This record gives sequence, C-alpha cells and structure tokens, in this order.
Amino acid sequence: MTGMTTGESAIQFEATSPRRLLIIGGIALTVAGMIFGDFFAVFVLHQDANRISEGLIAVTDAVAAKDPVGVISNFTNIGGLLENRGTKVDAHVHVIDFGYLALLLALIQPYVAFAKRARRQLAVVFIVGATMLPVSVFLIHYVGLAHSPLTTIGWASILADLGGLLVVIACLGELAGLWRYIRGASDAIPADSSLKDRSWSCRALLIGGTLLVLAGFLQGARYAIADLSRDEANDREVLEEMLDRSAIAQELVGKDMEFAHKSVETYGTLQAEKAVKIAAHSHTIEFGLLAILLAFAQPFVFLSEKWRRRWVIIMLSGSVILPVFVLLEGQYPKWVRFIGGIADFGGLMVVVALIGMLVGVIRYSGLLETGESARA
Amino acid sequence: MSGSRKLLIICGMLLALWGMGFGLYYALFVEHQVLDKLGGSLATSFTEGAKGDLIASHGSLQTYADTQFDYVRSVDVHSHWIGFAMLLIVLGVAFDHLGFRESRRLLLAWLLVVGSVTFPLGVILQTLDRGIIPRAIAALGACLVIIALAATVLGFARTERN
Repeated sequence: MTGMTTGESAIQFEATSPRRLLIIGGIALTVAGMIFGDFFAVFVLHQDANRISEGLIAVTDAVAAKDPVGVISNFTNIGGLLENRGTKVDAHVHVIDFGYLALLLALIQPYVAFAKRARRQLAVVFIVGATMLPVSVFLIHYVGLAHSPLTTIGWASILADLGGLLVVIACLGELAGLWRYIRGASDAIPADSSLKDRSWSCRALLIGGTLLVLAGFLQGARYAIADLSRDEANDREVLEEMLDRSAIAQELVGKDMEFAHKSVETYGTLQAEKAVKIAAHSHTIEFGLLAILLAFAQPFVFLSEKWRRRWVIIMLSGSVILPVFVLLEGQYPKWVRFIGGIADFGGLMVVVALIGMLVGVIRYSGLLETGESARA
Repeated sequence: MSGSRKLLIICGMLLALWGMGFGLYYALFVEHQVLDKLGGSLATSFTEGAKGDLIASHGSLQTYADTQFDYVRSVDVHSHWIGFAMLLIVLGVAFDHLGFRESRRLLLAWLLVVGSVTFPLGVILQTLDRGIIPRAIAALGACLVIIALAATVLGFARTERN
C-alpha cells in the first residue's frame, strides 16, 4: 500500500467505516449499471428501434389512408415504446451516476465533520436511495398505474421519487458535514493521506482519465459545431418528406408507399447516427471521470502492483475501445454487428477491471479484519 | 487546502446546486408542458396530413422542430452544468498532484470555472436568441475548458516525470 500507514487506513477503512461502504457500493453500482447497459444495448435497444420504425410506417400508411384515428393510435404505441426505452436508459444512467457519486462521497469522507456513526447512517441512506431509484424507474413501464393511490403516477414512480429523496437527504447531510469541517469542527477527523498516493496506477488513472474527459469534450465540441444544426435541419426535412409523400399517396389509386417508407428508413438512420455520436461523447467523459475517481481508491485495492497495473490498463483500454467503436458504428453501417460487438467487448473490459478492483477492495477489508499485514 | 483546490471544490458544489436547481425548476414548471407540446405537435402534423390539410400539417411540424430545438438545449444545459460540477470537484481533489506552481494552478482553476459556467450559459441563451452572440459565448466557454483540460493533463504528466 502506498502513502498511508496501516493505523490510519484501519481507522478510515474498518468493517463498519462509511468510506468502505461507499467505495464498495460505488464500484458495485457502476458495475451493475454497466452490465445492465450492455444487456439493454444487445437485447432491447435495436429491437425497440425496429418497432418504432414499424410504428412510423404504420403512421404513414394511416396518413395515406386518410385515417386520423389510426395516426393517433400508432403514435400512442410509439409513445409506449419510447417510454419503455426511456425508463431503461434512465435506470442505466442513474445507477452509474450514483456509483460515481458514491465514490466521490467516499473521497470527501475525511472532510465530513460528523461522528462515524452518523456518517455511516448517511452512507446507508445514500446506498438504499441509489438502489431504490433506478430499480423503481426500471419497473415503471411494467407496473404502470396498477393499485396506485394516484391517478397519474404509479407505485414505481412513487418509489423512484422516494429513492431520489433519500439520495438528496444523504447528500444534504454530507454537505452539512463539509460545512462543519470548513467552520473548524475538524479535530475528530483523522488526517487523510490516501490523497497523497503517487503510485503508478494512481497517476495512470489521473492522466488517462483527464485525457478521456478532454477527448470526449473535443468530440462533443466537434459534434456541436459541425453536425448538430445540420442534423436538426435534416430531422425536420425528413419528417416533412415522410408527411408529403404519404399525403401524395392519398390521391394514388395503388397507394404506392415505397417513397414514404423510404423516408421512415432515412429518419431511423438519422436518429441512429445522432444517438451514436452522443453516446460516444457521454461515454468517453464518464469513463474519464470514473478513472479519476478510481485513482483515489487505489490505496484501498489490496492486490500486487502487477495486478493493479493490469486492471488499470484493461480499464483505460476498454474506456477507449467502447466509445471509438460506438462512433464507428455510425460510419460503417454495413459492419454494425461486428463493430458493435467490439464496442461491447470494450464495455466488458471496463466491467472486468472494475470487478478486479472491487475484489482488491474487499481483500483489503479482509486484511484489516484479520490483522494481517503482508501483501499478497 | 490550497486556493486552487478550494476554488474548484467550492465552485463545483455551487455549480452542482445551480444545475440541480435549474433541472428541478425545468422538470416542475416547464418539461411536462414542453413534452406535451412536442408529442402533440408531431401527432397533430400527421393527423392534419391524414385530413389532407398540408399547410396546417407543416405549421405543426415547424412547432415541433422549434420545441425540439429548445428542449434539447435545456436538457443538455442541465446535464452539462452538473457534469462540469462533478469534474470541478474531482479535479479539485486531485489538483495538488499537478506539477505546476500554485499561481499557475489557480489560473487553470479559474479557466475551468469560467469555462464551465459560460459554455452551458451560451447554449441556454440560444433558446432566447439564435444569433451569433450565444454561440460565441458557448464557443468561448468550450475553448477555455479545452485549454484548461489540456494543461491539466500536462500538469499530471509533469508530476509523473518529477
């Protein structure tokens, strides 16, 4: 272990310490969110996009058939599909973001001027809320309004809001502790030397993480300057085309819908291109932030230096592979399955590295509990 | 705690509160109406098309495009302010690892803070005015963040060499 004495670490990381709870909880939440995201991408996302395209084709057919009721009914179906996709994306994003927040809260624990018991209770409230919100959001589509006491919001939404409230309460508590620290109530807090870690793994994660954030930001800036306005104009243009071609078919005897359906296809391609650009941008930045956060968890990863380096290299490599190949999916639509497979493999690399680090953190806890001092 | 760290962590927390406050205000008072308008105008445009009224249909489509323009930017601003806030806090914790003097670290911290505020500000101003000024503000903010991040990478690398 680097830069931290066993006595200090024992105080900050024993079995019941809030920091241990938040680091283990944070990595576990991030891993769960990423695995869920991979499953969602493979088993739901593409199938859902196909169903939405089918719904839009049905809308154009209804326009051609001069059937306004059909238009509304098909848009209602599309709304249901969008809700299904939206709640799953929300669940994925929230689990991962709460994982990051847990790691961030673990980082600031030495500056939260409350008794250990109060900090542990805050950590437990945070973890419970951070689990409850995404699980409930995931269930919104399936539970609907069943047995709900309210007419517009179902039980799943109510529980999701309750989870969010618990997270807010925990964060406000941590802020109050920080405020007490700034006001000078810091005498009970042990000095934190984990932030002084200068190991290879810590530095690699700091440099790699900041580079990833910079790369993601540059890609986002390029998208905003070069593509965003054009994509928005194309979006409207293709919808107009879809509408006009369907309206023209109203007057045709054979109701030839080929051109209108072609517009739906173009619209789908446009949406997919936009989605991959935004996904690459956000994933690069999020992996960068995760790497920086994990840099400070390295002193608690009880593995040999060789293995710590391996997990860091695997994590950073996966963090590059996933967004780069997600971006390439839009460039080479013919190879989308192959390229998408490589992107998923990148995601898997990050997950495996995170699990490896999590094992190290759990081993470190075990070491403190058994009183051993030798590194494996 | 050094001045640069204090600046980044405190500004990061303030920006997070601002971003969350903006999100809460938007979700409570604006978003539902906007989403209704968004879905409604698209459905109306196709319904009008089915009735054969293409002028009304195109009008609804224009409403949809305008609403979408504002909605995308509002949601982006909310997530970018909070994202930048997290970045400021995390970099604030790590800032003592930078191989620069404190005066340079303070300058970098200011660049990051000003860029993190002005970039999303320029984006949200585009919902009020689609002219060049909001775009220029957003571009300036983005440039500041890019320069500061590039210098931060350099600073971490210098520590390693030292």
